[in-house]
Amino acid sequence: MAQIIEIISSLLLVTGGLFGLIGSYGLVRLGEGMQRLHAPTKATTIGVGAVLIAAGLVGGVASKAGLVAGFLFLTAPLTALFLARVHLFRSLPPGAVPPTGTGVDWASRSETP
Amino acid sequence: MRRLYPSPLLSALQILLWVMLAGELTPGVLAMAVLLGTTLPLLTARWWPDRPRPHPLRLMAYLALVLWDVILASIAVARIILFLPQDRIRSAWVVVPVDLPCAEARALLAGTITLTPGTLTADFSEDGKVLLVHALHAPDTKALREEIRTRYEARLKRIFT
Repeated sequence: MAQIIEIISSLLLVTGGLFGLIGSYGLVRLGEGMQRLHAPTKATTIGVGAVLIAAGLVGGVASKAGLVAGFLFLTAPLTALFLARVHLFRSLPPGAVPPTGTGVDWASRSETP
Repeated sequence: MRRLYPSPLLSALQILLWVMLAGELTPGVLAMAVLLGTTLPLLTARWWPDRPRPHPLRLMAYLALVLWDVILASIAVARIILFLPQDRIRSAWVVVPVDLPCAEARALLAGTITLTPGTLTADFSEDGKVLLVHALHAPDTKALREEIRTRYEARLKRIFT
């Protein structure tokens, strides 16, 4: 039984490491600013998730690993949103993104705070 | 009961969070957890008026679905990064109008989009009713918009009503 758990957690560690590596590689390989945001927000999230499950299985810190994963899933979209908005505001011309279609503008282009 | 626990879900989360942080379930930890789970929602209730009451079971089912999609999404994105030639990646902006009852539901949808298959919420419209989504590889933007609406938005609508 203990051996099975160890095999599973080793597999999870390797998977996690692989996804982390792929995410970082994507950051280097993809050309455009918006594309590069995709790699770290997703591949890395699952990479860290796999490592945390492994830590919960063998390290005896299951509840804390679960919390770390929970907070990571809560914060990753926010980081991505803020990075994307800064990119929209600073590096892209106003016509680069399609209009909202409802008459109001995107929040990052807003004149009113 | 309703006056003591203005939002049961928040109280339950608070208790769970405290027990998980402590890492053990002793009477002392549980007492502290219940104390926090009771007082914090009461003290903060006035700064969060009109808070929505999501359907707890449907919310759980939704979170499980998203978790599963996150795993599939990561594999899909990893494949795009590794195997798709640079000039064949079709990145696109997708405008997704959403019709959800509250800001909390819209925030949840935006977070879901960022965590799932090659899509990322980049901006909101000023009134918060339209999402600007960037897709890493979306040859068919219409299908993507439909998928977001049927797979996630429809479920969120049923959670927050």
